[in-house]
Formats: sequence, structure tokens, C-alpha cells
Amino acid sequence: MATSDAPAGRPASMAETSLVGPIRAYATQTYGVAAAEVQKLRHDPLELFTRAIQPVLWLLLFGEVMARVRGISPGDVRYLDFLSAGILAQSVLFVAIFYGISAIWERDLGVLQRYLVSPAPRSAIVIGKALSASVRALSQALIVYLLALLLGVGIDLDPAHIVGVVVVIALGSALFSTFSLIIACIVKTRERFMGIGQVLTMPIFFASNAIYPLSLMPAWLRTISHLNPLTYEVDALRALMLTSGASEYGLLLDFTVLAAIAAVLTAIAAKMYARMGF
Amino acid sequence: MAKEAPSQSTASATGARPAVVIRELTRKFGPFTAVDRVTADIAAGEVLGIIGPNGAGKSTLIKMLTTLLPPTGGTAVVAGHDIVRAPAQVRRNIGYVPQQLSSDGSLTGYENMLLSARLYGIPHAEQAQRITRALARMGLSEQAHHLVGRYSGGMIRRLEIAQSLLHRPAVLFLDEPTVGLDPAAREAVWEHVLDLRSTFKTTMIVTSHLMDEIDQFCDRIALINRGRIAAIETPAALKGRLGPGATLDDVFIELVGGGESEGEGSYGDIRRARRAAREHG
Repeated sequence: MATSDAPAGRPASMAETSLVGPIRAYATQTYGVAAAEVQKLRHDPLELFTRAIQPVLWLLLFGEVMARVRGISPGDVRYLDFLSAGILAQSVLFVAIFYGISAIWERDLGVLQRYLVSPAPRSAIVIGKALSASVRALSQALIVYLLALLLGVGIDLDPAHIVGVVVVIALGSALFSTFSLIIACIVKTRERFMGIGQVLTMPIFFASNAIYPLSLMPAWLRTISHLNPLTYEVDALRALMLTSGASEYGLLLDFTVLAAIAAVLTAIAAKMYARMGF
Repeated sequence: MAKEAPSQSTASATGARPAVVIRELTRKFGPFTAVDRVTADIAAGEVLGIIGPNGAGKSTLIKMLTTLLPPTGGTAVVAGHDIVRAPAQVRRNIGYVPQQLSSDGSLTGYENMLLSARLYGIPHAEQAQRITRALARMGLSEQAHHLVGRYSGGMIRRLEIAQSLLHRPAVLFLDEPTVGLDPAAREAVWEHVLDLRSTFKTTMIVTSHLMDEIDQFCDRIALINRGRIAAIETPAALKGRLGPGATLDDVFIELVGGGESEGEGSYGDIRRARRAAREHG
């Protein structure tokens, strides 16, 4: 099937293609999936602005009122400072948890088949999708940072710590968007997904240290919150984002928990995504 | 890897090793058998048209050959690789234009091509040139940087074909490529498909509901009914069964048995079975 001298749109042979090392190919495939999603955002960035409304409301309305209640935040940390890290984690969660709906949308349209019929390993596709969710999440982080600075929150602007925040957000976002993708693979329709998404978001948010410390919780809720990855995400964010913040569990544990859960979910999602086209 | 096929009769073509070898391929959805022990060889460079009533199993057959759906029995060797044992190798060597829309409407034509290039691991240095050429070949150069959401149906089809050819597949599957297109757009799609075929000798497997285009453009026709191949022959031989002056429509009705109630019943069955398969799959 050669005829390589033809004025073709596809002149290179298969042999040439396979010269690209497997790792590089995997990276290219992952990047390709993520880049396509980011290009979509560039064509229609309105979504990023509408999504910014929710964290703004939490900080301006909820935060300003609750800041008058003494004793919520531990030690001498101001409540608004305490809350800003939690709201950052929350806005990342809310963007990520509905991410699976785009997979269902792609399945209904047929775009999913384009991915599934390609030689890209399913895990590369899943990681690419998760990366693009992280990019969305980082745009949220920018808005929360700006607002927090305006509200006089003691934001830590040390570059190394900002890099740390970026990594935590990318991990947290990848974790919850991959979880969302798994749910999408199970329910397979938009209607069911919307219902389940709503049911999941609130417990994940409230059974965590996002807006109050675990020490205020009844014991049973505290146990649940200790199993919630969002708790570790918030803990790491507090330590890295705030001048007054400190990690309760240690950054090493926070990162390990987030990375391990993200890895397991990615493996599960890759298995399930392959079957989504049936 | 490539299980050498027990070479059986290949009707047309070049005498080379068949591009697709299908053996006893079967897919059941619960109690319903969508594809029932299909066996066929498709020669390299051949254009095979698949026709058959709604729900006869055409799309299920193509989904198995493209590794999107695992068979429940039998197997096939596509472009030298077994669909059950080496699906990733099969994917590397085939192109697929599904019946459903597969280009992303919220990306430009060029960005869609770029996604395909990256998914197929085309080296970075070659990407831009190959994409530009493929778009030119399909007559889409001017619209390359427009959002696909604003393309016409015919343009989207041509883009999808361009995307599925970027990695130079040995076998190209086209599932109802002209469905929903006006006659001029249909003509343009076929023109481009045949041009590719004469340039690259790509093996093509095309399903369609339109007898005249299948008759006109395919080397051989497989007529599928109730999950089985009722006939696989050249258009001339197929029509010759009914004597001079017969059209492909006549052959279709003769072999499928045009009874309306029969067709309706089986269609309903299949729709239910497919739905069940989708939900539980």
C-alpha cells in the first residue's frame, strides 16, 4: 500500500510513525486530548466567567457574615483567610465534578468514537481529559486569588508556594474530574448524571474541612471527613496559600493521598472509558 | 500477531493477501443475534459495499471490525491483526468514519485534524504539512480555520474522512458516509473517496442505503440480512441473478423478501436489543 510519492495528505509510512518512542507517543496523545479541550475554552471562554460567580458569592456573602462569628477557625487565623482556601478547593471541585457530562455529550454526538477508534491508550485519553479539567480549575484559582487579595486575606505570594498551589489544584481537579468520568461511564445519560452530580457535590463539600475545621464536627462526621480527599486538598492549600496557614496532616501525606487516589481512579476510568462506546 | 488466514475464495481484485478476513464473526445482545457467524474475505484495494435492511447488523459488524465492540464469537483479522487479540494494532492501521458525527463542532477543522494527528502519534515535524495537504485534498483549505459547527453536512463528512486518513490506514471503514447529504454533497464525498482509492489503493468498506451509489462505486456488494451475509458478489453478478434489466433494488427486495411486516418486526427487535446493549454495555 505504499505509493509514497503521491501528492498525498498522508505521505509518511507507518514505519516512520512507529519511530516515535512509546513514551513520547503517550505524551503526545495525552497532550493532544488536553490541548483540544483548551482550544474549545479559547473559542468560548464565557463558561470561565460564569463559573467564577459562585466562589465570589461564597467569599463575599457567606465569608463576610461568618467572619463575625468567633472561634470557627483554629488559633488566630482569620475566618476569611481560613475560608478562602476552602472556597478555592470548592470551586475546583464544582468544576471537576460535572466534567463527566462532557463525556456523555461526546458519546451522544459520536465524538467519543473518534477517540476510541484511535490507537491512543485509554489511560492517555483519560489523563488528557483530566489535565484539561485542571486548566479550567486554575482559571478559577486566579479569580479566587485576586478576590482574596482584594478582601485583605493574607495570601502567600512566595513563588515556590504558588507552584505548590498549582500542583495541588491540578491533582485535586484531576482526581474529581476522573471520578466524575467514572460516574458518567456508569450512568450514561445526562439526566441521570445531573441528578447524581448534585447528590455527590454537597456531601463531599460539607464532609470536609473546607468551611469549618474537623474539630467542630461530631465524631462520625469527622471520621467520614478523614476519608474525603477534599480534606487533604484543602489542608495542603491552607498551608501553601496563606501566610498564616499551616498543614494539619503534613504536606507529604496530603500529596500522597491525592496522587494515590488520582492514580487509582485513572486506572478504573481507563477501563470503563474503553467500554463506553458500546 | 497476524494470524495467517486460511485463504479462501476472494472474488475480485489483486490476488494479494486479503485486507480483511472475517471468520464466524458473531455478536449477540442478550437473546438477540445481531451478527450471526459471518465469514468473508475482503481483498486489498477492494471497495466493498454493504447493504441490507435497517437493523440487519451492518453497523454492528463494522463496530466489531473497528474494535469498538468485542465479538461474542468468532474473530476477524483486519490489516494483518486480530481484532480480539490485538485491537490496538488494528486501530493503528484502520480509519473509521462513523455514521454519527465524529468531528468536534466546537473546534476548527484544523484543530480537529491536529487532534487526530496527535492521537495517531504523527511526528510533530510532519503534522502541519500533512494536515494542510489532507485538508486541501478534501477541498477544505479555505475553511480550515472556521469552527466545524458552522460547516455544512458535506463539509463535515469530508473533514471526517480527512481525519481518518491522516495516519494512512490500510483499511478505511465508512458507515453511511452520505446519509443526510444532498445529491451534490454526496457526489463530492464519493468523488473524494474514489480519488483516495485510486491514489492509495486503500481498502474500503462502505455501508449505504442508497442502491445506486453502491452499484456505481463498489467492486463488490455484500447484502446482509438478519445478521448473515445473504450474498457477496460484484454488482453485475448480483443483478445478473434476476436476469437482464434487473436493478439492485430488485435484487435487494428479492433477497431480503421486502415483506413490510417482517422488516418492521425485526427492526423493533433490534432497536430494543441495541438499546439494552447501550444501557448495560
